[in-house]
Amino acid sequence: MKIKQLSIFLENKKGRMRKALEVLAHAGINIRALSIADTSDFGILRLIVPQPEVAKELLQDNDFVVKMGHVIAVEMSDQPGGLSTVLGILDDASINLEYLYAFVDEKEENAIVLLHPEDIEAGVDALEKGGAKVIIPEDVYNW
Amino acid sequence: MIWNEKAECMSKDEREELQLKKLQNVVKWAYETIPHYQKRFDGLGIKPEDIKTLEDIQKLPFTSKDDLRDAYPFGMFAVPRREIVEVHTSSGTTGKPTVSGYTKKDIEIWSEVMARGLTMFGASEDDIIQNTHGYGLFTGGFGVHYGAQNIGATVIPISTGQTRRQIEIMKDFGTTILIVTPSYGLYLAEVAEEEGLDNNEMKLKAVGFGAEMWTEEMRQEIQRRFNAPAYNIYGLTEIIGPGVALECPVQDGLHVMEDHFYPEIINSETMEVLSEGEKGELVLTTLTRHGMPIIRFRTKDITTLRSGTCPCGRTMIKMDRITGRTDDMLKIRGVAVFPSQIEKALLKIDGLEPHYQIIVTRPQHLDELEVQVETSTELFSDEVKELVGIKKKIENYVNSEIGLRVNVTLVEPKTLPRSEGKAVRVIDKRKL
Repeated sequence: MKIKQLSIFLENKKGRMRKALEVLAHAGINIRALSIADTSDFGILRLIVPQPEVAKELLQDNDFVVKMGHVIAVEMSDQPGGLSTVLGILDDASINLEYLYAFVDEKEENAIVLLHPEDIEAGVDALEKGGAKVIIPEDVYNW
Repeated sequence: MIWNEKAECMSKDEREELQLKKLQNVVKWAYETIPHYQKRFDGLGIKPEDIKTLEDIQKLPFTSKDDLRDAYPFGMFAVPRREIVEVHTSSGTTGKPTVSGYTKKDIEIWSEVMARGLTMFGASEDDIIQNTHGYGLFTGGFGVHYGAQNIGATVIPISTGQTRRQIEIMKDFGTTILIVTPSYGLYLAEVAEEEGLDNNEMKLKAVGFGAEMWTEEMRQEIQRRFNAPAYNIYGLTEIIGPGVALECPVQDGLHVMEDHFYPEIINSETMEVLSEGEKGELVLTTLTRHGMPIIRFRTKDITTLRSGTCPCGRTMIKMDRITGRTDDMLKIRGVAVFPSQIEKALLKIDGLEPHYQIIVTRPQHLDELEVQVETSTELFSDEVKELVGIKKKIENYVNSEIGLRVNVTLVEPKTLPRSEGKAVRVIDKRKL
């Protein structure tokens, strides 16, 4: 139930993100979801792609520092209160969230949130018990 | 193995007697043949006959890099130019270079001291020495070459550069001894890893390092990467080139070739001669050089001297690894900082690549010190707070080593310049 996510170290310098994305573009790898955490000195680019292993190797060959981690993908209805319901489940189970990012799937009229709790396993467990719709990796990669 | 047991293992009394005799000769020779020395000695009212003991050397004036520069090109030669068979120059980054001239006999001395040193590293006729020091006006290449030839080892005179070729040759020729600068050594190791060359495929039994400062931590790193012991080579063009002092297998300091070069340590501000074990600037006098004798040359290199019989059997005095130069000392907010201190702190951190750059700026009348280090997979974390924590940790390590607050910037891998010779570790952007 865990989705593979690539985290890439980016220096806070002109053109660095573009370079990373170009590496993927040349290999025909489409990005499913993306977020950036940034500080004044550096950024962390987080990506969900269909072939995370291939993408990781490609990026590393181009001298990027890449780590593979996991997030949980939850589908929810695209209407007010959708996300807060999901967060409520984690809150009630006393699970801290490190970060999240969300986007809308236009075809399905649904929204998808990618969650990174401190404890991934406990997060999956709590969300499933709480009735949230946790999506399996294949579905995420094939959006 | 000891190359010249008589010279290298001589008793203290015997050596001092020999040194005094040679010192008296060289002082007389310099006074009689080089106007610069005659003028200086006369100015101080000193005659060569005043040298009655080794301590009397302290009566003699120092020779500085500027003195040699003023004599450019051939003003310090003691013999007619036709007797000089080879010249080298120092890099000359600040003004005119200084020229070093060698007679045939001087080249023999050079090859003798380097043969002693390479023998300390374990070199013999059976070895293949890959010499990545540059061949040219720089003394590094030829110094190693002459020593290796004297021993009868096979030399690969490859010089610096062509890094992939270096690795191919190392593998195909079965190099057993590699001579590099520390920064180029690291770069070579990095490329070797990229090329998928395994440590075990290399036949290296020793690595010799010269021409650049390095820390003990850097030695450990290089030994780990090459899977072979690494030894220090010390020398400078003005005196002869590499071969002034080299490290024996004990790896605890470099034996100074005392029968050819007489070392002293001084306080670089008061000029007072310090006793053994005290840290200060190394001053060298050539005892045997004929073509260009040098009296009390101020090297600007900081070290200490220790005498006694080494476990390796040699009795030649030992100097510590150079821990800094009086002229690469950075004054940051009034505090003396040496790049080697920063390197030492950085290499204590697991996963940190040994490539770094120190940038000094003065944005608002106050010095700022930035240290750029390359991120590695081991250091990197997906969490911003952890990455900030790593940055803080590195800052704290450096801070506790130098006593100053620094700003560490994590940069992407392989973005800091790699050196093929001497590394540029410090960029001082202050308008001083």
